[in-house]
Amino acid sequence: MPRVSMVVNGAEVSGDVEGRTLLVQFLREGLGLTGTHVGCDTSQCGACVVHVDGKSVKACTVFALAAEGAQVTTIEGMAAPDGTLSVLQAAFREHHGLQCGFCTPGMIMSAADLLQHNADPSEAEVREWLDGNFCRCTGYHNIVKAILAAAAEMRGASVAAE
Amino acid sequence: MAKDQGIGASTKRREDLRFITGKGQYTDDINRPGQLYCYFLRSDQAHGTIASLDTAAAAGAPGVKAVFTAADLAAVGGVPCGWQVTDRNGEPMKEPKHPILAEGKVRHVGDPIVAIVAESLEAARDAAELVDLSIEELPAVIDMKSALAGGALVHDDVPGNLCFDWEFVAENKGAVDEAIANAAHVTKLELVNNRLVANPMEPRAAIGEYDAARDEHTLFTTSQNPHVIRLLMGAFVLSIPEHKLRVVAPDVGGGFGSKIYHYAEEAFVTWAAKAIGRPVKWTADRSEAFVTDAQGRDHVTTIELALDADHNFTALRCHTLSNMGAYLSTFAPCIPTWLHGTLLAGNYRTPVIYTNVQAVFTNTVPVDAYRGAGRPEATYQLERVIDKAARELGVDPAELRRKNFIAPDQFPYQTPVAVQYDTGDYAATLDKALALSDSVNFPARKAESAARGKLRGLGIASYIEACGIAPSSLVGALGARAGLYEAATVRVNPTGSISVFTGSHSHGQGHETTFAQVVADMLGCDESAVDIVHGDTSKVPFGMGTYGSRSLAVGGSAIVKSVEKIVAKAKKIAAHLLEASETDIAFENGQFTVAGTDRSLAWGDVCLAAYVPHKYPIETLEPGLEETSFYDPANFTYPAGAYVAEVEVDPETGVIEVANFVAADDFGNVVNPMIVEGQVHGGLAQGIGQAMMESAVYDAEGQLRSASYMDYAMPRASDLPMFTVDHSCNTPCTHNPLGVKGCGEAGAIGSPPALVNAVIDALSAHGVTHIDMPLSPRRVWEAIQAARPMAAE
Repeated sequence: MPRVSMVVNGAEVSGDVEGRTLLVQFLREGLGLTGTHVGCDTSQCGACVVHVDGKSVKACTVFALAAEGAQVTTIEGMAAPDGTLSVLQAAFREHHGLQCGFCTPGMIMSAADLLQHNADPSEAEVREWLDGNFCRCTGYHNIVKAILAAAAEMRGASVAAE
Repeated sequence: MAKDQGIGASTKRREDLRFITGKGQYTDDINRPGQLYCYFLRSDQAHGTIASLDTAAAAGAPGVKAVFTAADLAAVGGVPCGWQVTDRNGEPMKEPKHPILAEGKVRHVGDPIVAIVAESLEAARDAAELVDLSIEELPAVIDMKSALAGGALVHDDVPGNLCFDWEFVAENKGAVDEAIANAAHVTKLELVNNRLVANPMEPRAAIGEYDAARDEHTLFTTSQNPHVIRLLMGAFVLSIPEHKLRVVAPDVGGGFGSKIYHYAEEAFVTWAAKAIGRPVKWTADRSEAFVTDAQGRDHVTTIELALDADHNFTALRCHTLSNMGAYLSTFAPCIPTWLHGTLLAGNYRTPVIYTNVQAVFTNTVPVDAYRGAGRPEATYQLERVIDKAARELGVDPAELRRKNFIAPDQFPYQTPVAVQYDTGDYAATLDKALALSDSVNFPARKAESAARGKLRGLGIASYIEACGIAPSSLVGALGARAGLYEAATVRVNPTGSISVFTGSHSHGQGHETTFAQVVADMLGCDESAVDIVHGDTSKVPFGMGTYGSRSLAVGGSAIVKSVEKIVAKAKKIAAHLLEASETDIAFENGQFTVAGTDRSLAWGDVCLAAYVPHKYPIETLEPGLEETSFYDPANFTYPAGAYVAEVEVDPETGVIEVANFVAADDFGNVVNPMIVEGQVHGGLAQGIGQAMMESAVYDAEGQLRSASYMDYAMPRASDLPMFTVDHSCNTPCTHNPLGVKGCGEAGAIGSPPALVNAVIDALSAHGVTHIDMPLSPRRVWEAIQAARPMAAE
């Protein structure tokens, strides 16, 4: 079996994988990072979203070998090393943006990518961006609220820092 | 001022911390040492006989540990059904065997035939390709009317594919027929309540494990009710006594009903783990979930509402065909009967009601409870026929409802369909919903839409539901093969912290937070001092789990009873320590005080004394501070409310935009408003999904055409608006200690008729009187074309 190496949440990792092994399988089964979930088999639900080289991707649609040498961030890498939650994570809790929690890691990873390139999204832009993320519990209401609130807080912080 | 903790506070959820950091532990996140992986080879035909089956090549494939077929499971029972309905001829329903693996015949696409257990999932899947299987196709029975009309039989021992023919209330039939014959006006409507797929985001999974040295089985499974699974699987399928079987439902990623039932896969992995001697894991992929998770709804109904000259409802008659699918799922028979027929009074004073339900076997996936379960079907037909009647009579749909509402001073109200409502104020929620939707300015908005070539509509629906199904003696008489109480153990630890062990199960509802709020409120302690334990039969008392919006009303009440016992015992201990009479001891804000004195004891001092009983009334009181209660409610609870939908339809494309959606609910007392509102949001999304988008579509051969997220239209964020939800019109439940009613299903019950009524309102100028759900753009466009072919010119 070929060997794959990448940097996951800041740590260099490697493992033997089959050619058909998906990135999400490598993360979950190879590395034990089970925060990234599998909710479908047609690349629709977004429960498996991680960041590869800074961009959100569905880890069920990328072969592990295709991520050779990449910088990968999963939900486990979103809080600070001391456990301080990211602004988005805290906003999801503050605004009750999750219920069963299964879609949540993908939602947070997807939203984090949105806010990287659009610091001030409208409600419609948030909803549009979440096109690839299903939630069956929340009706999206509080997820949208959480993302908008996080965006506002991050803008406030960046204004304060200037 | 909003409370910052306890009952009534929007406490942030403690469970969130693990979910937002990726530290949740769902079943598929668990891996056991030496674990093998199971793959089920399933039927790709809806109906057929297994002509030949050779698994030798698969068994010899690399990595394969064992291959099993039905022949290997001869000593294993079938999947049992938990509710028996009696046919109107007095006979029990037909209850054909539901084998773990198909025995000679397959009855729906997805029926498991062969189980392959291997060192990896890939090896098991690869080996499945080597199974030599030949299925001789039989004609598929899909449509319910044709199924009853004769032809192929899903089960050879079920004539006419009729599971049961049920009527309710039988003795009212004559009065109903007479009232309809003599009515000033009768509105009749034929409608379909579309079949849905529950689709919790976490697919089902199960891991079986066997410890030979201790002769102990463990099953990790995605369940809403681990004790129910232990009982059904242990007693009826695998013959394992309870003390040798532990069932763990860890973090569960949503259920909506579909994870109530006992499924063949979890029985198989439990059995196989012992047969092979290593843990066996199975995880459904989404395609598998679509053809194996019990589906919901699927009723075809004709309803007739009779009114007198003053527009009072005088009778209601309905006939429903209810699809059971290929086998009886755990609670399937009770959904179209006792959870449906008993809700047909709705919020109204209709004096006589008669319903006839025929349950039909077809070559489709089994159907069972899905969020609301029977109550959405009852509400939909009732609120649709009332709206149609208002339109036919030229009266305001809100006024017609108000005229027929059960009035607040009529409670308790005995309906003609067995149930007795304890409390409610239906006009209050309707008024509130209309006010919040700014309905007085709707005509202006409609004109503005019209100016843009769009059709605007406003639709209302009132609903009532029955939650916390009970008491056990009643449900037993109705056919339940289980009790419907809930259990809770409250253990006060020596230094005063509290562990609560509940039979309820949280799979998104936030019980760990809300139950702690209740206990903290009663004991005057910080919520953080209370731990809520659930989901493991080796830890929690025998309880019935979570479904039917029962957890707070029934499970919460059991906790309250246990805490009351704790306080009563603690007062005795405090009286002894304070050398006072027990009747003089007051307990408030975590302090025991002696009336009329300044003597007091802190909670922790009494707890410690209970476990270090040096100075203790040992002759009259046992040490320790732990109490268990089983709460069996006196009645159902009856949440109710009114929903208002406002839509804008593009007549050129048939596309519906939900412009506004208001929900005004009466849930009785509310423990955590934030969580309650979240429950309503989710229910609304599922109900609006049913109304506009979702449908499990089978073709004539029995293939599920909407069997993936590419084809089954689940609502996405951009399909839904922000919702306005209100729960201020509360009439507390009169018969449980918290005065709570339950909020989990309401949104999914009230929203489909509100949405459809809004669309029909928008299209009424075109002469459209009904469209069956889902109101897809194509259906809406076709209805416009069919009703007024020239209007689109």
